[in-house]
Amino acid sequence: MTLMRRLERSMLLVAIVILAGCATSDRRNPKDPLEPLNRKVFAFNDELDTHVLRPIATGYVNVTPLPARVGTSNFFGNLEDVWIGVNNLLQGKPGDAASDAGRFLVNSTVGILGFFDVASELGIEKHDEDFGQTLGRWGVGNGPYLVLPFFGPRTLRDTGGLIVDSYASPLGAIQDIPVRNSVRGLKVVNDRANLLGAETTLTEAALDKYSFVRDFYLKHRQSQILDGKRPKDDDDDDSMLAPLFQRVDGEGYFATRRLTSVLAKADFDRHDAVLDQRKQNDPTQ
Amino acid sequence: MFKCSLTFFRRCALLLMAVSLPVFAQEAPDALIKRVSNEVLDIVKNDKAIQAGDTKRIQALVEAKVLPNFDFMRMTGLAMGREWRNATADQKTELAKEFQTLLVRSYSNALTQYKNQTLDYKPLRMQPTDTDVTVHTEVRQPGAKPIGIDYDLEKTGDAWKVYDVEIAGVSLVTNYRDTFAQEIKASGIDGLIKSLRDKNQQLAK
Repeated sequence: MTLMRRLERSMLLVAIVILAGCATSDRRNPKDPLEPLNRKVFAFNDELDTHVLRPIATGYVNVTPLPARVGTSNFFGNLEDVWIGVNNLLQGKPGDAASDAGRFLVNSTVGILGFFDVASELGIEKHDEDFGQTLGRWGVGNGPYLVLPFFGPRTLRDTGGLIVDSYASPLGAIQDIPVRNSVRGLKVVNDRANLLGAETTLTEAALDKYSFVRDFYLKHRQSQILDGKRPKDDDDDDSMLAPLFQRVDGEGYFATRRLTSVLAKADFDRHDAVLDQRKQNDPTQ
Repeated sequence: MFKCSLTFFRRCALLLMAVSLPVFAQEAPDALIKRVSNEVLDIVKNDKAIQAGDTKRIQALVEAKVLPNFDFMRMTGLAMGREWRNATADQKTELAKEFQTLLVRSYSNALTQYKNQTLDYKPLRMQPTDTDVTVHTEVRQPGAKPIGIDYDLEKTGDAWKVYDVEIAGVSLVTNYRDTFAQEIKASGIDGLIKSLRDKNQQLAK
């Protein structure tokens, strides 16, 4: 284990110990029982980002021409494709896994070590998988929402996924330690630079940045696990329904029936709301 | 001379037809999304003031081109969830107004970042009788995974109106639901209106 790796591990460990040791406080949002602590960590990460990571990423964008940044993103993306393929295999999608392997072969050779994403040009689509998604696919639930120091939003399940992902990272195979650490650093900065525009929108659009990011993260993960196929009727009453799901576990069939009827009622309520507002709309039209 | 004016007349007639065509033909939802996106992005790409970060200008553009195709009452209702029924008519109007300002401002500013991306429109399969459809598009950018942007549209009368936009599988509208519920719990619907208004004023500076 090298310094960077050990540091990364111990940061994760500290984060988990702190979070695990903290008793759940008030139960306002069932998705987020650790909200008070999470908010503190979120504020810490935000400060760290404002004062350290964002300035570095901005500087990086200013001194690096776009083609170089694209090449860098492609290079790291190509290495990731291997692990993405493994996860697709673990999720029972051999077709996707084969296409990921194909991407890696094409981009590593014709795409000169992955700096050019030739595979995408050829129409071999890039996928988006990680071990957290694989666990989700296997039926592991989210667990409580966590904001990890340095790493940002995760759930308990995705924290487990993150640990496995970090062991699987091919960058760990680089023997020369200073080179490995520089490469890791470059990846962090390059990833952050790719998000520079997005975060402005986030700050502007959110009434409360913390809950906006949390809800976005949870929905986005759900969508990733389902590979973008959305259940048309997941219409986000899940915060309200979460306590029901806990009850369902024990009671089996009848509880499920009850849940279905509650879901149907929620749906009615929604349609009512829509109808209400159509009525409301009428005089203005 | 006569010949020349005839050509001129023909040109005028053609032009008139081209302009009025979208009004006569009932535009399919995917065609609508494609037309509006292309129009707006063409302007954004070629307007030097917008590229230099003139936010007023891009907001005006979004208000003129994009807004008429959105149903903000419905969007606000979806963002509010069940609390929408407890709002008075005045509160609803006020909420929709502030929510619209917030979304227009933050997302038109996001458009100024549009430089190296390309938009990809997925084919839409729909029945002629459908009144609620989703149009799938994808933003492709060099060196990054494509980001899906889906538009939910509903047919009201003869026109299709967007009532939800999903980015990377996350609804921009319902993502506000927990925050809104939180605000309402703390300080009521008027409290939510006030926070929206404060946020908008703070952004306007």
